[in-house]
Amino acid sequence: MFDFSILFPSVLNGLTTGAVYALIAVGLTLIYGVLHIINFAHGASLMLALYAVYFLKERWGIDPYMALPIAILGMFALGYALQRVVINRAGHGKDENILLATLGIAIVMENLALLFFKSDTRSIDTAYSLSTVAIGPAMIAVPKLVAFAGALVVSAILFWIMGRTDLGRAIRAVAKEKEGAKLMGIDVDHVYAMSFGIGLACLGAAACFLLPAYYVNPQVGNGFVLVAFTIVVLGGMGSFVGALVGGFLVGVVESLGGLYLGESLGQIGIFAIFIGVVLFRPQGMFGAKA
Amino acid sequence: MNSGAKQLASIALFAVVVACVPLVTTSGVVLNFVMMALYATLIAQAWNILGGFGGQFSFGHALFFGTGAYIQAIAQLQGGINAWIALPMAVAGAALVGLFVGALTFRYGLKGSYFALVTLAFAEVFRIVATSVPFTGGGVGLMVPLRESVGNMQFASRGGYLWLVLSMVVVALLVTWWLRNGRFGAYLQAVRDNEDAARAVGVDPFRVKLAAIGISAAFMGAAGAFYVQVFQYIDAGIAYGSVVSVEALVAAIVGGMGTLWGPVLGAAVLHLLADLTRNLFGELPGINMVIYGTVLVLIVIFLPRGVAGVGLSVRQLWNARGGKHD
Amino acid sequence: MTEPLLKLEGISRAFGGLKAVQNVSLAVAPHSLTALIGPNGAGKTTLFALMSGFLKPDSGTVRFAGQDITGREPHRNAVLGMTRTFQIVKPFAAQTVRENIAVGAHLHVRDRAEALRSADEVAQRVGLAPQLDKPASDLTVAGRKRLELARALATRPRLLLLDEVLAGLNPQEIAEMMPVVRGIADSGVTVLMIEHVMQAVMNLAEHVWVLAQGQLIAEGSPAQVTADDRVVEAYLGHGTAARLRKAAAGATP
Repeated sequence: MFDFSILFPSVLNGLTTGAVYALIAVGLTLIYGVLHIINFAHGASLMLALYAVYFLKERWGIDPYMALPIAILGMFALGYALQRVVINRAGHGKDENILLATLGIAIVMENLALLFFKSDTRSIDTAYSLSTVAIGPAMIAVPKLVAFAGALVVSAILFWIMGRTDLGRAIRAVAKEKEGAKLMGIDVDHVYAMSFGIGLACLGAAACFLLPAYYVNPQVGNGFVLVAFTIVVLGGMGSFVGALVGGFLVGVVESLGGLYLGESLGQIGIFAIFIGVVLFRPQGMFGAKA
Repeated sequence: MNSGAKQLASIALFAVVVACVPLVTTSGVVLNFVMMALYATLIAQAWNILGGFGGQFSFGHALFFGTGAYIQAIAQLQGGINAWIALPMAVAGAALVGLFVGALTFRYGLKGSYFALVTLAFAEVFRIVATSVPFTGGGVGLMVPLRESVGNMQFASRGGYLWLVLSMVVVALLVTWWLRNGRFGAYLQAVRDNEDAARAVGVDPFRVKLAAIGISAAFMGAAGAFYVQVFQYIDAGIAYGSVVSVEALVAAIVGGMGTLWGPVLGAAVLHLLADLTRNLFGELPGINMVIYGTVLVLIVIFLPRGVAGVGLSVRQLWNARGGKHD
Repeated sequence: MTEPLLKLEGISRAFGGLKAVQNVSLAVAPHSLTALIGPNGAGKTTLFALMSGFLKPDSGTVRFAGQDITGREPHRNAVLGMTRTFQIVKPFAAQTVRENIAVGAHLHVRDRAEALRSADEVAQRVGLAPQLDKPASDLTVAGRKRLELARALATRPRLLLLDEVLAGLNPQEIAEMMPVVRGIADSGVTVLMIEHVMQAVMNLAEHVWVLAQGQLIAEGSPAQVTADDRVVEAYLGHGTAARLRKAAAGATP
């Protein structure tokens, strides 16, 4: 049962999935860290991004990896607009309201997709969809390897933006001390919208990496929502490093869980982690104690 | 007549008026509409008890609905138990699950978004388990065979079902009335509005919240059992999926949380909207939920206290001005 | 001396490296009106939280009416007769003044109608009667302070812990509130107040404890305590007492 030649590929697969999970989670944790809102629409937004990448390929023949800039910019624009126009207005000072607003947005997104695209599951075929690479005893699909590398690259870029650019500094300032940032002349509303936009842009990138090895239907968002939240909570709300580490951890757990328990029951492992962390260590691994 | 008695009178009036509907019409369309609106009211009322009065927003309320539904189905199919006996079992089972989740989450002080997410996680876990295990029918679901008779809680016309769900709604209204007019409700709302202040004046937040989730879950269980009797079918997606969870919370919020008639108004409004859309656009998959989601967002932005909440604010304003002033 | 109603022995509490309360011992006599004073950040509110059960002490005991209640939940302490108010008021904003107070009244009254009547009476005592039907969110700061007081009073406490009930009030409001507090004490309730408004401390308190940097540095009558060098220095800084005396000596011709 613990045969290396079975475990190793499973772990490796888990890591490649985990990298993409990490990218998704990084967006979510950024949104939480800056705006202090739990973006319930994160999963549905990923689903929309996946559809976008799908149609870019099917209608216009644009390869998912080529579509990266389009997906990133498109999702950024969507995020910016959503925050500026809808979510900003929903606050009324209560956290619950924003949670409900993002829930509403998620419902609308998911069901608009159902309405327009029907519930069929779709996937794309690319020249490299089926190619694999041998790493030790494991045969890893090329798209997954690309996803792994790509997710890390994008995370690194994001890290750089946050650490070295004026925008990143502004974002961190607002996250830490909103009123003080305002006094320094930072346009907090703009920063909020930028952060939300970046959070969703991560999803655009993730979609490009995900689709070649995965599929899309209106419900995929639901699966990703709880996984993303589990990672963010496990890693610590607002912690980038936590999201990365958490992403890999969860990816591996899911892979191993699927190996030993079968795919659906393996999912339960993730929810169990989520419930456990929230109950017993809500600050996660790297988060600040509330 | 004081306001508490007035409310009781209006509940009685509502019960009588709605009960007369099957007596004045045999139109299947009307009866079905009223029946489904009442069903929607029931789940909204259940959510309102925990969410509106208790301030704990659950995103996975289907957890209790599905449990009640499965117990109702399995008791009949595998236990050979009569539907009327299965009903209290379903209610009790759902309440127990509610108490379990409540004990776990409230013991660790879970609130707000975390609580919402954990309830969703539980619902998802149950959904996955229900899809996998045999005794719930796995992915195929369970069918309760058609054996029409009042003794089997299967009625020849929609009218019978209407009276059944109406009685559940009336019980829920009475419980909600009790929350508005009794000590427990005062304690529950105090915990909602400021938990520390409530603790300082002698309220035990854990016990109060636990009771609230138990009661709320019980009503969801009843709704689940009702669903099984009407549609004679249940599967994991319907039982524990997001549709029920979303319907319950949107109707309660749109109608006005923490009020007596809010859920009734919200369910009625949403159902009318759904019907209107069906007439205008036909049977489009997902269109209902798009409407619900949009309405939710709009209400949160423009009318956070819901439709009934507007009435509440108006009344408070009236009392404050019309009465003695500062 | 009669058995103290509240007795703290060696109460300490730290948050990480910060020693918020260090080895505090005090005894509150029944039917007394006493005050806890000290500069900002001295740990006064933390001490209240430790007394009433909102925080558990790292060491030491809290005894109420002879019973050891160390670390007990606040709601249980309220049942025993200890109720506290909050420095930053916590009204049930969505509810009316009457409903707010009724929550307190329900501690001893099961029946809703009776609790609401009791709320009316308590509102009278603190001067909130004209505002009974208003939502709590509509009250001014002074009104909310009174509401906080009324709600605590409705629990029929034996010991009332008032946390800066006069903070944020203008001189007239203070002058109106002081007799209310006096009246409560006169009716038999033991009152321990945290206060910065010296006028109230001097006029109302029979006994004063001074807390600075988590430690009890002085206690006594208001006159004794305010003349104490250590107390002056705690508020105004090291060496101030000597400087003030010198200045006073130099000023007299």
